[in-house]
Order: sequence, then C-alpha cells, then structure tokens
Amino acid sequence: MTRRKVLLAVNDREHEVWVTPSDSLLDVLHDELGMADVRYGCGEGVCGTCTVLLDGEPVNGCLLLAVQAEGRQVTTLRGLMGAGEAMHPLQECFLRRGAAQCGFCTPGMVLTAFDLVRRCGRPTREEIRYALVGNLCRCTGYTKILDAVEEYAALAGPGGAPGAVAR
Amino acid sequence: MTVVEQPGQAQGERPGGGYRVVGTSPAHHDFVDKVKGSLHYAADWRLPGMLHARVVRGQVPSGRILSVDVAQARALPGVVAVITAADVPSNRIVEMASGGLAELEVAMPVLAVDRVRYLGEPVALIAAVTQQIADDAAELVTVDYDELPGVFDVHAALAAGAPKVHDAGNTLVTWEIGCGDAEAALAAADVVVAGEYTSQHVEHAYLEPEAGVGWVENGVVTLRVSTQVIEHAATIAGILGLPASKVRVIAAYMGGGFGGKEDMTVEPYLALLVWHTRRPVRMIWDRQESLLASTKRHPFVMRYRTGAASDGTITAQQVEILGDAGAYPYLSPRVLFAAAALACGPYRVPNATIAARAVFTNNVPASAFRGFGAMQVVFGYESQMDLIAGRLGLSRTQVRERNFLVKGDRLPTGDRLATCVEVSQSMHRALAMLGEPASPSGPGKRVGRGIGCNRHPYGRTIWFRDRASAWLSLQADGTLLIRSGITDLGAGQAASLCQIAAEVLGTPLDGISIYIGDSALNPPAGGTFATRQLYMSGNAVLAAARELRDRIAPVAAELLGVPAGDLVFADGAVRPAGPPPGGVSLTLAELAAACEQRGVHTAHLSIWRAEAGSFDPRTGQGDSFPDYTYGTHAAEVEVDVETGEVTVLRYAACHDVGRAINPMRVEGQIQGGAMQGLGYALTEDLGIEDGYVQSTLFANYLIPNSYDFPDVQVDIIESGEGKGPLGARGIGEPPIGNVAAAIASAVQDAIGSRPTRLPITPERVLALLDEQADAGAGHRG
Repeated sequence: MTRRKVLLAVNDREHEVWVTPSDSLLDVLHDELGMADVRYGCGEGVCGTCTVLLDGEPVNGCLLLAVQAEGRQVTTLRGLMGAGEAMHPLQECFLRRGAAQCGFCTPGMVLTAFDLVRRCGRPTREEIRYALVGNLCRCTGYTKILDAVEEYAALAGPGGAPGAVAR
Repeated sequence: MTVVEQPGQAQGERPGGGYRVVGTSPAHHDFVDKVKGSLHYAADWRLPGMLHARVVRGQVPSGRILSVDVAQARALPGVVAVITAADVPSNRIVEMASGGLAELEVAMPVLAVDRVRYLGEPVALIAAVTQQIADDAAELVTVDYDELPGVFDVHAALAAGAPKVHDAGNTLVTWEIGCGDAEAALAAADVVVAGEYTSQHVEHAYLEPEAGVGWVENGVVTLRVSTQVIEHAATIAGILGLPASKVRVIAAYMGGGFGGKEDMTVEPYLALLVWHTRRPVRMIWDRQESLLASTKRHPFVMRYRTGAASDGTITAQQVEILGDAGAYPYLSPRVLFAAAALACGPYRVPNATIAARAVFTNNVPASAFRGFGAMQVVFGYESQMDLIAGRLGLSRTQVRERNFLVKGDRLPTGDRLATCVEVSQSMHRALAMLGEPASPSGPGKRVGRGIGCNRHPYGRTIWFRDRASAWLSLQADGTLLIRSGITDLGAGQAASLCQIAAEVLGTPLDGISIYIGDSALNPPAGGTFATRQLYMSGNAVLAAARELRDRIAPVAAELLGVPAGDLVFADGAVRPAGPPPGGVSLTLAELAAACEQRGVHTAHLSIWRAEAGSFDPRTGQGDSFPDYTYGTHAAEVEVDVETGEVTVLRYAACHDVGRAINPMRVEGQIQGGAMQGLGYALTEDLGIEDGYVQSTLFANYLIPNSYDFPDVQVDIIESGEGKGPLGARGIGEPPIGNVAAAIASAVQDAIGSRPTRLPITPERVLALLDEQADAGAGHRG
C-alpha cells in the first residue's frame, strides 16, 4: 500500500512519519515513534490499554487511523509528565496507593482519570467507577485505582491544592 | 507473634523486636516504571532487520490433514520464511506434568503433522518484513482437511465407542486418594447430602497478549518473551535439536500471566523462525488469537456425597472429579492432582474416597490458571457444607467450626499439617467486615449473605523436590546486587526479594538493584507459578543475605571492637546493638573496603531446597504440598427475582498470610484475586460449542470492569507460621478460590436454592426460581 507522509503532534512535539492509510494510530505511536506507553491490548476498542488523549479527549489508539490524527494534538501518558521525568500528581497518587500491579493498563487508566478530573473537578467514587469502565484491569480489582483517583481529585479538584493539575 | 532468630547471629532483621523494611509498603523500582509508563514489556523491543511473524492455525476442531500448500504464501513479496512440520527438527513436546507418576505419555507436535485435534492448532509459521505481509501470507496457506468426529465434553469423551482424541485413549490421568472407609461411613451417617457442581472454560485475559522477540547472538538463540518460566529454554533447545546451552530465555516483566504464561506460548514458534531465518523476529498474538488458542481454565464436573453426624461433624466424603483437559496434556495431570488433594477443603474428613480424572476432548487445551484445580473444588466442598447446615438446621458458621482442620491433623493423602490453621478467625473477621445487613432496594429484590472458606497450597508438590537460588553481592560503594532467575508477573516478586535483603543486610532499598528473568545470567530459581516464588526464592534470598551477613560481620566486629552477634545492620551501616552510642558505626561501603583488604568475599550464592518427599499413586498416599494458605470471603448480594440478576452489594476477604512482607501488595493480591473470582462466579464463560470458541472477540468475554462490582475489603491475619521467609505464606493464588462459593452461598441465602453451575447467570438463577415454583405447585397439588 502506498505510504504518505503525515505530521503528528505528540506530546507537544511534531513528528513526520510515513504511514499507509490503514495504519492505526496505536501502531504508528508504538512501532514507528517508539512510544512504549501506548500498548496493544485487544484491537477492538474494549480494553483501553492504547488510550491516548486526542485534543484532550481520551480515545482508543487502536480504533483510530494515524491519518485521522493529523493536525490534532495527541497526548500519551508520558506527555503528562514534567521536565526531568517529574511525575504528574496523578501518577504520584497511583504510586502512593499501589494502584498498579502488572502496570500494563496503567497509562490508559491514568489518562482517562486525568480527563475525568479535569472535566468534573471532584467526581464521586461512583462517577470514577463509571468513567473507568473502558479501561480494563485484570490485576488490581480496581479498588486501589479508585483510591488513587479519589485522592488526586481531592488534591486537584475544587478546593484542592493549587498547582496539583500541573501541566 | 513469635519470630525465630537463629542464635549467635548478628542482628539485622529486627532491632527492638520489629522489622524495619519487611512489613512496610515502599514503592519499588517496578512500580515507578509502571506508573511512568516506561517499563518495556515483551512487545516493546525492536532490533535492526527484525521480521514479523504469524502462526497459521487449523480451521477445524478434529480432522486429518490431507495437504498443506504454502507455495502462494512463499511467493508473496516480503515473505522471508514459511515453516511447516517438516521443518521442525524435533516435533514432539512430551510434558509428563506429574513427573511420570501417573499419566499417559502423549506427545504434542509443535506444528501439526497429519492431524489437528482442536480449533486453532498451529499448522505453519510465517515470517515477513511487515506484520501486514505476514498476516496476508497466513491467509494464503491452504490446508485441506478430512474432518473427523470429535468429542467436546468429558461425558462424550468417556462414552463407550467415543472417537479417540489420541490413540492411547481419552483418559490422561486418574488420581485416587483416600483414607478410612467412606462407603461404610456414609451408610452409617445420620445425614448424607449429595450434589453435582460444574464449572466453565475461563480465559486468563491478562491485558498483555502473548508476545516476544527473538534473535541469534553468539550462536545462541535468544528469546525475550512474556513468560512465567525461563526454564523452557531446555525444551526449546530440544525442539531445535540444539544443546541446552544454545538457547537463552529472557523474561520481560509481564503484563499479567495468571498461569497462562506458565506453559510456552510464542516461544517455540519464535525460536523456529529465528533459527531458520537467522534474523530477529517478533511475534505478538492478537487478542482474538489468544481467546481462540491460548490455554484455559479446566471446566470441572464434580460429584460430592458427604455424610455427617447429627451435630454436623463430617464422617465421610466421596468425590468424583472430571476435568476437561482439551486436546493435549499440558499441566492437566498436576491440576487434577491439586483438585484431588484439596477436594475436602479446610475440613477434617476421617473417611474419604476421591477420584479425579483429566479427560482429553477436542476443545482448546486447558492448563495452569491461578487456582490450579484447588480452586474449582472450593465451589464443591463449600456447597456441601451449606447443604449440611441446611439439612441439620445449623448455622453455616457452626457446621464449619465443627469441622475445621487444626495443626497436626492428617489429610486424606496421609500427610500432616505442620502449621497453624487460622481459618476460623478468617471466617469471623470476613463476616465482621460486611457490617449491618442491607435491606432490599425494592419489591422483587431479595438480599442474602454467604461465606466461602478455603485451603490453598503454596509451593510445588513435594515430590518435585523444588529448589531456588539467589546470588547477592555487596558492591564497593555499599550498594547491593541481587541476581535470581525468577520471573515477575506484576505481583511484586522481585520487589519482595529486595525488601527481604534490605531487612537482613541493612542496605537502603534504593541502593539495591535486582536482575531477574534470564536463563543465562541468573542462578536458577524456578518459574513463577504454584504460589511458590516468595516461598522459594524468598527463602533463598533470606538464606543468602544471612550467610553473607555472617561472613562479613566478623570484619565489622573487629573494626568496631564488639562481638559479631551484637551488630546491627541498618540504614546502610553497621553499628553495635543498643541505643545509638554516637558516631560508632561503619558504612557498608567502609565494610566492603575492609572485606576487600582482608580477602573476604562480599558476594554469595545460596541454594534453598524445599522439603523432599514422595507420593505413591497406587495407594493414593504420600506427601502432597509443603503447606497451605487459609482464608474466608464473605459476600452480600441482592437478587432480582424478576430478571435473575445478582448484584454484589458488599465483599470482604480475610486470609492468613503468615507475614505480610509488603502489606499493600498483599492487599492488592487479595483484591485482584477476589475480582477475578467474581468474574468466574458471575460473568465469565468462554463458551465452546462443538469445539468452536464462542467468545471470538474480547467484547464478548466479560471480565469485570470498574463498575461491575463493589470494592473488596481486606483484612490480613499474620500468624507468623508460614514456611516462607520470616514465616510468610503465599498469597498469589489463594484469594481467587473462595469467591464462587461465597457468592453461591449468598444467592442461596437470598432465594433459598443453591446454584450448582458456574457462572451464576441470570438465566440460571431464574431457572432455580422456576424449579422452586414448580416444586411448590407440585407440593400444593
């Protein structure tokens, strides 16, 4: 299949990549741009391990073609981090609460939760549960993930610590 | 709590009677990488000139292969290799999972030769310059089959004149275990209850599909894969016809395994393609391929008859178990042994007759899955306990209390329990966590509560004479290296070893680096399965750390002018025990330098061996497992009698883990195990009809999401009596076992009928309610 050059803006940097029209955004990010934090889990849009933010909205990278992302801002988990590998406050909550076991679902989980708190400020535990239904985890049983997101929302939401939603 | 400290040792583990590092929950190296998204899993590896691979899989569940035509696939531009059975140097895998004690010897081909026995069996392999070309080429391989009749459940497989899956027969193994005279005791019992319980095919559904990259380096076939077992290197070498030293397996940190990466997955196919092409090759199974063809949990049919005295004391139990092994042996002989050995649960049964059989069918093979046979039987034995309670008008806790095993009791296999049994305590603590009973949320809703107790082994069956090794090295700057050939499933296997070493040697955790998962560069520690890793490699690291400390302590004693036994290793330094005397201490770097000057080695290898024993399959008597973890789960559910839907309102789990090395990770294991168990109890069913897997998409296979079930509340008992390091017991598998029993018990409490088939779907609950209505109508009529 003929390849064509597209310009992808990922984590505030522009990348020129040659893609075929059928290449998924997931495959281009993972295999072409070497972004190991965007992962293949099912290819059906069910598990959420390939979640990225597209212009700030969580989407499944496996269901999107790379060419569709042209001219839009793509953010992966590592795009949330600060200079010098500084963790985002939400990542720190995941770390503190033991919200990762195998870690495979973690990037997608963090991105979806980040988007939720940004939209809703201080979601209830039930709202967090509902927002995360598209990000499957087979290890943790979710309890510690919910704890982490709840803690972050308390820090970052209305009345929370200023600067907790860094970046 | 008592802690056994060997006399005359320098202290490093518990100044003031407690632990400094063990029992805390620090965030380790692996957590940090995972939360940053920077961990490199098996698929995240790339080499120059790397090819992409695809397995061509059989299209019928049972058939004779008439021809395999690969000409068109080979001709496709970009295809580098197409391999069939004729290209495999040694096309036989003989597992003999019980160590040859009892099973039929049946070989599995790496690539099918003239026969396929399940849908999705590998027939050919492709390597191409892109994944797309490899996928296209796979479509161009034409296989002609003569379809043969198959058998798709255990009853069909055992029927007279049934088609044979293998010429040797359809029964892979039969284990017979027993004690006393169950027949006579049942005849004399005050009450006898009987039940038949069935379970389903279950998918591991780790989020990371099977994956790996292989290459040849210095003449060694090297595979970096997602695996629980690097020891498969020897089997792979056998397939390639190479000496064992010419294959190296590196295990990446896994994106989940749960037993599904205990057998080989991509390894033999990757190795064959690498060896044929002499180029790096990557293989990733699609999720849909994984659903179709990876190993599953065994569906069981369990028939129980239990006799009890009128006070609830069990006098006898007969158990017959049939497990669907699928088309090839894999680890079924061991799974069915565990089922037989654990079939009576945490209860004293003086007269027992247990038979467990693994049966070949033309379904996808079943093998290891967290719980490993000891899980399915919990649904059986706990259902029987509730039935006895109901029949005798006793409470469900009363009838259990009357029968719980205690330390020193003899099991049906004849071996004795060597450690305490805190199952009663776990039952009361789990129930207490449920709090005040909920009221039904509306008309047509009924609320009920249930419990499920279990006994789950940790460590391999004793006759395997298990061992694990670890190598520790105090570096010149006072930091520590650990090498041990374990693999890490995500449960913190490597991190726990760091905590144990830090406890003994006083090295700060951030000064420890651990190298694992390499069959060439690590001392062997055995795979991560059977809840054996903390027990085995934890003891190996504990022994290595203590021995290393004992070797270097005299040097510190000489420099500090105090007896070696009075030294404390803590916070990166060595100092005399007692209140800090002000300035009198030695950093570990200074101690390392002093050791170097005196020719005292600061590196040490330790090999730790589990107890040895034997089992006689003819008598069904002998040594079974080293020890057990006990626990109870309690659930509160609401049943909608109109729709049959079961909503879990509250869920609580309590296990005795002996000692919690890292309490947060222990909690995580229990919460995660319970959640997987909830899927097993209520929603998960692969569904195989006439050999065809019905859950062809991940969307059709319902693992729990964040909205399906409530939080899992956890209470941890630390009896200090396990056989693991510092008195720990294993906790990887045990917490998945109780769930189906606890939910069934709660549903029974709510509607008055016992679910006997898993999963407990709305349709099945409605069927139970219909039976009740029919019985009531019949009674009135």
